[in-house]
Amino acid sequence: MKAARVVLAVALALALQTTLARFVARGTIAVDLVLVVVVYVALTSGPATGLLTGTFAGLVQDALSSSVIGIGGLAKTIVGFLAGILGTQFIVAQSVPRFVVFFGATVVHAVVFMGLYVLLDLRHFGVPYAAVTGQAVGNAVVGVVAFQVVELLPGAVERRRSQRTRLRR
Amino acid sequence: MTLLQIRQRSGYLFLGVMLGHILLISAQVNSRSGVPVLEAVTFGIFSEIQRGVSTAVSGTLRVWNGYVGLRHLKVENEELKRRLAAAEMAAQEQRAQADRARGLQQLLDLRDRANLQTAAAEIIGAAATPDFRTVTIDKGTRDGLRPDMAVIAPAGVVGRIVVPSARAAKVQLLIDRNAAAGAIVERSRAQGVIVGGGDERLRMEYVSEVFDVVVGDLVMTSGIDGIYPKGFAIGRVETVEKSGSAYKRITVKPAVDFSALENVLVVVTPTAAREASEGSSE
Repeated sequence: MKAARVVLAVALALALQTTLARFVARGTIAVDLVLVVVVYVALTSGPATGLLTGTFAGLVQDALSSSVIGIGGLAKTIVGFLAGILGTQFIVAQSVPRFVVFFGATVVHAVVFMGLYVLLDLRHFGVPYAAVTGQAVGNAVVGVVAFQVVELLPGAVERRRSQRTRLRR
Repeated sequence: MTLLQIRQRSGYLFLGVMLGHILLISAQVNSRSGVPVLEAVTFGIFSEIQRGVSTAVSGTLRVWNGYVGLRHLKVENEELKRRLAAAEMAAQEQRAQADRARGLQQLLDLRDRANLQTAAAEIIGAAATPDFRTVTIDKGTRDGLRPDMAVIAPAGVVGRIVVPSARAAKVQLLIDRNAAAGAIVERSRAQGVIVGGGDERLRMEYVSEVFDVVVGDLVMTSGIDGIYPKGFAIGRVETVEKSGSAYKRITVKPAVDFSALENVLVVVTPTAAREASEGSSE
């Protein structure tokens, strides 16, 4: 059940990512929704689930982006594992810590991802500090919001149900 | 399941997944040399293993060969030592033969120079007691030797025959306590008597105070004793002292190194004094 939810979340993130990319100039956006899902799953489920989610999501993303299959997977595996460890070692229940974790995870992902490409002499990224920082901020914002939504959604749904029940009476 | 086990399982899982990713990436990417990274890395790792195995094997072989070589070297070393000892022995023999030949040559020169009839003899023994300074030579009465015949060497006077046997003779050295010979200082012509002291030095006695004798003067046989022919070197003056009486006290260092004697000449020609004494006794 959990695995199915993870697969569904990754698929949804990929669908959103590819859909939104069409409406953004130059075909890229400053948010990696798949990475956000990986970090979210890692923080809520631990390192094992986090790294497996990262592996799965990264490999699918690599396959879809016609790049070297495994580089994105490797980067997201590392991020998922580290985020899972952080989630088990520290209490990451407030917005600011979550923001920091998402921000850091994005930076780590970028370092591994770009570093491998440069190391293998497959691609060069110029000076990516601004892009990476922007993506890290974007991911962190989306991640914190996602956490808020997921946490607040059940209560809001419950409140709405109770309001409807009262109105019917 | 404990937290530690969970962490360990996650760690193993992480390592396994990482390895899988690396293999996956390596299979797709070519290295700068055009060879797939997986192949290059695999070959690189395997070549290091090969290098390690080769190093270990060659090191073992080197150690083994060294051990075997050492054993071989030990045998060879012993053989070489044996050969060296034999060569040293041969060299010593040759050196001894050369010395012997040189000594004999000097004896021949002396015989020619002295114009005396002599018999060459080899020293075959020394004195039985240290109180008597004598040597034994390998010639005796069968070779014409008689008592009181002078024995000389290229360096100077050695002594006289005291006891001849048929095939050997005992020679009293000049340094023996009981030995004596008429002597003369070559430079000042001062005469006296050389007497043995029992050690490695001689004393020249009965030299008058009026004679001029200095350190370094050559002392020779005077011939008046009827045993030693005139003009043979005895030694050099080493010290000259006043003895308080009418004579000087003179120490002479022998010309002959008595400890290194090997061959000598026995003067067979009778001296004039001996002929006279033999004639008077007949």
